[in-house]
Amino acid sequence: MGNLLHNLLTDEDLEKNFAESRPSYNAQGAFDEANRCLYCYDAPCIKACPTGIDIPGFIKKIASGNLEGSAKAIMEENPIGASCGRVCPTEVLCEGACVLNDSTSPIMIGDLQRYATDWSIRNEQVMFKAGKRNGKRIAIIGGGPAGLSAARELGRMGYEVTIFEAKNEAGGLDTHGIVPFRLPKDISLWEVEQVENLGVEIRTNTEVGKDVSATDLVSSYDAIILTAGMSKVPMLNIGGEDLKGVYDAIDLVEEVKNEKYPTEFVGKRVAIIGAGNTAVDGATTSVRLGADNVKILYRRTEAEMSAYDFEYEFAKQDNVEFRWLITPKRIIGDSDGYVKQLECVRMELKETEFDGRLQPVEIEGSEFMMDLDIIIKAIGQTRHHQLIDEFGLEHHNGVVKVDNETYLTSHPKVYAAGDVIFEKGIGEAMAVTAAQEGKETAYAIHQQLNESNESEAQV
Amino acid sequence: MADISINFAGIKSPNPYWLASAPPTNTGYQVQRAFEAGWGGAVWKTLCEPVLNVTSRFGAHHFNGQRVAGFNNIELVSDRPIEENLKEIYETKKRFPDRAIIASLMVEPQRDKFHEIVKRVQDVGVDGFELNLGCPHGMSERGMGSAVGQHPDLVEKSTLYAKEVAEVPVITKLTPNITDITATAKAAERGGADAVSMINTINSLMGVDLDTWNTTPNVNGMGAHGGYSGPAVKPIALNMIGECARQPEFNIPISGIGGISTWQDTVEFMLMGSGNVQVCTAAMHHGFSIIDDLTEGLSNYLDDKGVASVSELVGKSVEKYTDWSELDLNHRMVARINNDICINCNKCHIACEDTAHQCIDMLVDGNGKEYLEVREDDCVGCNLCAIVCPVEGAIDMIDLEPTEPPMSWNQRESALQVLNSK
Repeated sequence: MGNLLHNLLTDEDLEKNFAESRPSYNAQGAFDEANRCLYCYDAPCIKACPTGIDIPGFIKKIASGNLEGSAKAIMEENPIGASCGRVCPTEVLCEGACVLNDSTSPIMIGDLQRYATDWSIRNEQVMFKAGKRNGKRIAIIGGGPAGLSAARELGRMGYEVTIFEAKNEAGGLDTHGIVPFRLPKDISLWEVEQVENLGVEIRTNTEVGKDVSATDLVSSYDAIILTAGMSKVPMLNIGGEDLKGVYDAIDLVEEVKNEKYPTEFVGKRVAIIGAGNTAVDGATTSVRLGADNVKILYRRTEAEMSAYDFEYEFAKQDNVEFRWLITPKRIIGDSDGYVKQLECVRMELKETEFDGRLQPVEIEGSEFMMDLDIIIKAIGQTRHHQLIDEFGLEHHNGVVKVDNETYLTSHPKVYAAGDVIFEKGIGEAMAVTAAQEGKETAYAIHQQLNESNESEAQV
Repeated sequence: MADISINFAGIKSPNPYWLASAPPTNTGYQVQRAFEAGWGGAVWKTLCEPVLNVTSRFGAHHFNGQRVAGFNNIELVSDRPIEENLKEIYETKKRFPDRAIIASLMVEPQRDKFHEIVKRVQDVGVDGFELNLGCPHGMSERGMGSAVGQHPDLVEKSTLYAKEVAEVPVITKLTPNITDITATAKAAERGGADAVSMINTINSLMGVDLDTWNTTPNVNGMGAHGGYSGPAVKPIALNMIGECARQPEFNIPISGIGGISTWQDTVEFMLMGSGNVQVCTAAMHHGFSIIDDLTEGLSNYLDDKGVASVSELVGKSVEKYTDWSELDLNHRMVARINNDICINCNKCHIACEDTAHQCIDMLVDGNGKEYLEVREDDCVGCNLCAIVCPVEGAIDMIDLEPTEPPMSWNQRESALQVLNSK
């Protein structure tokens, strides 16, 4: 990090700190790596990719110099393939399945995917064309990975698609919620543009339930897909949460994604509550904003943390401290209303009757104070209860219930995909999974609308 | 430590590695650098009336990221005056008396021209001559090089002319650009050659540039065929050497040339009948220092095999090389996959399924683990699976117990004839 010992970070420091951290392959590097690929038959990497990208195929095309074909092979299966090349937990997906794990070292599939899609971005490729309009209209609520993927496929099949996007730009977490040094915003916006090129209309700054009603959508569209993702980080429900210096990790990431860098982190002591990928994002962002000391506090241990291994590694390389078995009890402010200290308590893991999992339990009398200036909350995300209720959808604690195959909700016209149907403990809340669900929802809608066409024709 | 020194047709060198007559042996400076690095000998770049060369001159075949799988050149013989070359040969030999210096010669196939150049060159002191009857480009258009080497009678005559006055051994270098190289090899022997060397480069066009549509290499937009060398030509050279070595009526040493890049290649060439080897492309790719591993690897190999002298390798595999009609039709071999080494890339399966005999099954065991298995009854033992397998040791080719006595096509035909005549 540039200039951490000084009180101020210059614009250049910030630009450097928040630029994409992992270097991309140069042409020779990509060529050499691509040539290492064995071009397996029935390749396990393809099966390990939630979107089923023909990985050996796109890699072969890098080796042959057919970058246009390579990028198309990626984007064909995954409409957010440029983002996924950067943010997918590849070591548990494609790269984890690479047969070369059993002989040498796996092919760097994510980096090659990034190389091919970057080429496409630089060369302003138009890869897909809108299908002949079939007169059917689809509304998609939320322009993140699931919504964009559904829109892309529906657009190609000739549907008139409108995406209702609450924020000022579509792309969802890829645009707003993943730190720019892992995924620059323009990558995600390029993917949005690809979808718009198919004639998909994206109404930004439009919140369903506020700017447009659920009833209106139901009456004016043939089908609706709810792909609104998740909401804010929940309250810690401890004293002092309204003090100055308490941040929501998602909001903080969104700010830096928009190149609005808070200046109050320089030289400060920061604690992040939670140990998921967003907590790591909050921590590494704090470091890059000039914080002096950054700690992640987690009530369980390293073994239970939900951050991916590479995220954990990334944080450690940024000198982020990890404090296990600690829970915040109360935030204490100074006379000006700023965070001054955090009262914590030590935890231990105990078997309880609740479920098989070890539960963190407070150790009585182990309270202690931690001097801090900034506290970042990263303990998961709340659900869009209000939106779900607008459509009257069945749900479980805000997780919308859908048919496993068709993604149809309890409402005959409303489908749902992505994080809105993500239930903890079942699969992973990954952008790549959301993209696949978006695709599958599009196909399910196409099938259903065609079937109803046919039955109408029979009448 | 095994003895790796050789005596090739009367020419001694401390190891079997000579630099072939080519750009690396163009000057005394280069040959002396090579000798400093440890090369056993050098065949000086062909002495001739000085020629004019062109730019560019070389092209290469790169394959899947591997540079220089094959190499092509349109450079001609020495473009420096003979006198200058002779002076440097003298100086080099004086500095490195234990190394072999062979002068490569090229003149038109006329007695007086051969006599003149042989006498002139041997006056400065060389260990032998190599007659360049193989250069496939440029010189052949002037009635030399492969224009001579493709005619057995001219090969015989040229060799004879050189031998008439040569006081040191004469090696006749053969061109592969001919249907049957044994014909010219035998002609060289008839002409009195002390040895032959093979192969010279193969007629080739390296490529065409996808942007300009010019050939590679090209000279101001125009190309001409060149000579192909490097790893890709090794199998062609090895066959030609084997074919000559197994001729009962051919009995002079062979200096092996053609794609030799490693000590393993050297062992193969010597087993197939080469008395020594000549190297060019590998040195052009990596520099003279490759001699270090070439000699050390060879020496270690001989020690491991308990072979006292490298010369003992010469021709040991020749009797194992024959005509197809002598191969055992009753021999059975099958592929067997070692599932503990296999990494499940399925390349063997798809190669067999799409392009061979459909006998490798993709299966799942009781624990849900995928594995591959050869249906041995259907396997024809073609080697394809083992060839495409990227992991050493994952596929073994197994000799099955013979169920019938060996029988070749020739034996079968004669047995049938006996039966039919009854």
